[in-house]
Amino acid sequence: MNVERHACLPGLAGADPCQGQQGDCVRCGGIFTDRFPVLRRSINGHKLVYLDNAATTQKPESVIAAEARYYRRHNANVHRGMHALATEATELYESCRRRVALLLGVSRPEQVVITGGTTASLNLAAFGLSHHLNPGDEILLTEMEHHANLVPWIALARREGLLLRHLPLTADGGLDLGALPEMLSDRTRIVSLAYTSNVLGTINPVAEIAAAAHRRGAIVIADAAQAVGHLPLDFAASGVDLLAFSAHKAYGPMGLGFLVGTPDALARLEPVQFGGEMIDTVSLDEATWAEVPHRFEAGTPNVAAAAAFPAALDLLGEAGLERIRTHEIQLTGYALEALKGFDGLTVYGPDDPTRRGGLVSFHDERVHAHDLAQLLDARGVAIRAGHHCAQPLHGRLGVTATARASFGIYNSHDDIDAMVEAIAYAREVFA
Amino acid sequence: MNAGMDDLYREVILDHHRSPRGAEKLAAHDVEASGKNPSCGDEVTLQLGFDGERISSVAVLSRGCAIATASGSILAELAVGRTLAEVVRLAETFRGHMRGDIPELPDALDTGDLEVLTGVRRFPARVKCALLPWLTALEAVRARGQGRAVGVSTTEV
Repeated sequence: MNVERHACLPGLAGADPCQGQQGDCVRCGGIFTDRFPVLRRSINGHKLVYLDNAATTQKPESVIAAEARYYRRHNANVHRGMHALATEATELYESCRRRVALLLGVSRPEQVVITGGTTASLNLAAFGLSHHLNPGDEILLTEMEHHANLVPWIALARREGLLLRHLPLTADGGLDLGALPEMLSDRTRIVSLAYTSNVLGTINPVAEIAAAAHRRGAIVIADAAQAVGHLPLDFAASGVDLLAFSAHKAYGPMGLGFLVGTPDALARLEPVQFGGEMIDTVSLDEATWAEVPHRFEAGTPNVAAAAAFPAALDLLGEAGLERIRTHEIQLTGYALEALKGFDGLTVYGPDDPTRRGGLVSFHDERVHAHDLAQLLDARGVAIRAGHHCAQPLHGRLGVTATARASFGIYNSHDDIDAMVEAIAYAREVFA
Repeated sequence: MNAGMDDLYREVILDHHRSPRGAEKLAAHDVEASGKNPSCGDEVTLQLGFDGERISSVAVLSRGCAIATASGSILAELAVGRTLAEVVRLAETFRGHMRGDIPELPDALDTGDLEVLTGVRRFPARVKCALLPWLTALEAVRARGQGRAVGVSTTEV
């Protein structure tokens, strides 16, 4: 590799130069690496190098302990319980809502709906808005969406006779904003797009697209699964009406997600799941809904996960999202440079790491992505291979599968060096 | 190599992957079937030509990993000269073996290089790669039996 080891890339536009303090720099290691117990594991005789953070991030000890503590001390169902444990469980659950509101700069916690994950949030958004839609209405998506932001719309379009349109990509893996005026029409009711692409890494100009969509009267939804926990994100500044994300991709527990909305958008949303917790009054033949957000939270939620997620938010706060963002830009820039050293290896998405989230997808013409991932695993390096739940995008790229390395706060240049060495090893096997 | 990689990527497998047999489209064929593994995106198209009851020509057009490509290449080697019933028996035996239901591949079946794919069983996520061309062959046989010229299967195991 011709990349200078431990180059800090301070010259990157938009990235703060590294402070160079111990534990504060990719040169010295990741941020809070020692707080993630799973990272102490060996895999196949090698130190685990976890580079599959876009699928799920690892959990710090504090999150694991908080979830265990919930079951050890507080476990009860939420809302309307009169006993002490129920009161505590409810307080823990509602404090998660308040913490998420704070994280995104949302003034009212009621603007935060607690769900099972990004997929559940996007399904709620799609089907909850369906009663505002008529046959022939248009939904604008993009060519880079995850299946979670494609398939609910396909199902809804089939049911309601809607037309799906897709904002095309530019050659460098951005969205073609030049095509936006013609893609938006008087029939466009909803625009839904990835904040950060889970394959290309591209961070989309969400606010700009939202402003154009709003001028047409459309509701704008962001799939922020790859953004929250990785960069500073202010809900109002994003310009969207609804924003979906998961806790587990932001160092929190699995089975927990959120749909954050403007009061107007949430008022237009109809519940899509019905049962306990979401009602106001019920007779045998009639029911009225509870207030927002509870009307969207039928059944028993994942209280343990909600009780634990604030510990992840504490970690993000302690590290600082600006610093996390800088760290990921440095890692991404370093990885992009390192991968350029392999001939016959194509990296997708923008060249400029400041335009990308912390992930790099690539195609090696010498080693199929599945074989690459298998051989990297033999060296303890965990990456993902496949279509990453984005088959249409892979069709657009002309490949059936890519390999993807995605970064978290605990990753360092050493991890990327380990990956690069393992790619060289895989190529030797296939030479 | 380590971590069982020499079991998975044996030299014979790598050789089949580098120069797969039957990788050329047939000028004419009697039946064609395609299969894919939805979870990983691997695809294969199989073409068979017959001389009476016996398979006289095979094309296995793979778009997938080394294991899927090598398995398809081995299939191309083994299928020529066999009857459909013999191919079914071979495919079903191999499937049973890879899924752990049949401990050994019987010598009587003349399984050729198939034996080298046995190491894939240690990697459960990859068994579907090895089976893809064989399950597609079973689909081709089904299509042939129903008088269809084209079969399509979605193959997840």
